[in-house]
Amino acid sequence: MVPRPFRLVGRRQDTTDTFTVLLEPTEGDPLGFVPGQFTMLSAFGVGEVPVSVSGAAHVAGPLQHTVRDVGAVTHALSRASVGDVLGVRGPYGTGWDVAHGHGKDVVFVAGGIGLAPLRPAVLEVLSHRDRYRRVVVLYGTRSPDDLLFADSLADWQGQGVELLVTVDYGPPSWAGRVGLVTTLIPRAGFDPKYTLAFVCGPEVMMRRSAMALVERGVTPDSIRVSLERNMRCGVGLCGHCQFRELFICVDGPVLSYARVAGLLGYREV
Amino acid sequence: MRTIEQYLPDHPFFAGLGADAMSLVGGCAANVSFAADEFLFREGEPADRFFVIRRGRVAIEVHAPAAGTVVLDTADAGDIVGWSWLVPPYRWLFDARAVEATGAVTFDGRCLRDKCEEDPRMGYELTRRVIQVMSDRLVASRVRLLDLYGAAGAGHAAPR
Repeated sequence: MVPRPFRLVGRRQDTTDTFTVLLEPTEGDPLGFVPGQFTMLSAFGVGEVPVSVSGAAHVAGPLQHTVRDVGAVTHALSRASVGDVLGVRGPYGTGWDVAHGHGKDVVFVAGGIGLAPLRPAVLEVLSHRDRYRRVVVLYGTRSPDDLLFADSLADWQGQGVELLVTVDYGPPSWAGRVGLVTTLIPRAGFDPKYTLAFVCGPEVMMRRSAMALVERGVTPDSIRVSLERNMRCGVGLCGHCQFRELFICVDGPVLSYARVAGLLGYREV
Repeated sequence: MRTIEQYLPDHPFFAGLGADAMSLVGGCAANVSFAADEFLFREGEPADRFFVIRRGRVAIEVHAPAAGTVVLDTADAGDIVGWSWLVPPYRWLFDARAVEATGAVTFDGRCLRDKCEEDPRMGYELTRRVIQVMSDRLVASRVRLLDLYGAAGAGHAAPR
C-alpha cells in the first residue's frame, strides 16, 4: 500500500489538457503489468488517482501513463517536471485478455481518453500480428484537436489496422467524420461471429458501443468493457468502488459485457 | 458501378420493400454527383429530394454569424441524407455540402410523396424506414449533447 518512488524521465503534452508521463523506479525492478491494468499514481502532498498504463507491456522502458488534467491531483501531476519523483502503487485490476482473440478479428472501440488504456492492448496485438485476423480500431473523440497518439494511429494503419475516426465537433476544415463512435461499428470490416471486442471510454459511450456491437452480431461474452468507479485502495478493501457484488479495482476494471450488461444503466448500483 | 435497379434492393434502407414498391421507388430515383464543396442543398430551400450516398462524404452544416460554419454530422457511403421532404413545410433545415467528390442516388420527394398517398402500404413502409433514420440521428445527437469527452464528462475516479 506504500507508493514506490518513480522518477519522471520524460513528459509529452498530447493535447491541450492531456499529457503523458514516462516514469522509472528510483530503485528496484521496473513495474510489470498487463494491458488494461492501472496504478494509483500520486503527487506527494496532494493525493493519488487511478490511471491506466498507456505504454507497451511487452517492451522494456519507462512506465507510461496518459493523464487528463481534470482535478487537483491530475493538475499537480501535469505540473511535474523531468526529475521530479511521483508515487506509484500497483499495478492493479484485471487486464484486456487479448490472447482470447487469437485466430479472431479484434475490434477496439475507444472514446476520448479511453484510447489510452486500450493502447497497450493494441500494441500487444500488433506485436503478435500473425496470431490475429483483422484488427480494427474505432476511435471517437471530441474534436480534431483532441486526437490522442496521432503518430501511433498512423503507424497502426501502416501495420494493417483498419482505423476509423470520428469527432463530435468538426470545423469545416475537417475532412473526416463527424458523429458518434457507435456509427463506425456497422461500417467496420470484421466478422461479428469471430470477433473479440474491447471497449473503453465514458460509460454511456461504452453502453451504446456494446449495444451496437451486439446489434452487429457480436455476442456479449465476446465484448470487454473497462468500468470506471471510485478506486481508492486498489486492493478491494475500502469498498469505494463497489458495484453491487463487484469490487471494480480487483474484479475489474476490465470485465465481460455479458457479466455487467444487466448492471449498467441502473442508478441504484 | 451498378445501376440504380441493382444497387437499391441491396441497401438496408430498402431491404424487404418488395418488388412492386421497389419499382415505384426506383421510378423516382436518379444518379447524381457533386464536386468537393458543392452543396447538395441549402437551408431554407424547398426540400423536394433525399439522397442515398454511394461514395464520398457529405457534411450536414449550419452557419451562424458568430460561430461560423459548424459541421453537425457527416454522411458516408450507404447513409441516407434528408428527411425534410417528408415533413411539412418541406424546407431544408440545414446545409448539406460534399466534403469530397461524392456520388449519390437522389429521389424525387414530391414524386415519392404522391406515390405514398396512392399506396398507403408502401407509404407506411417508407415512412417507417425514414423514422428509423431520424431516430438514429436523434439518439446520436442526444448522446453528443452530453459532451462525454469534454471536461464535464471526465470521470475523476476513472482508471484513465
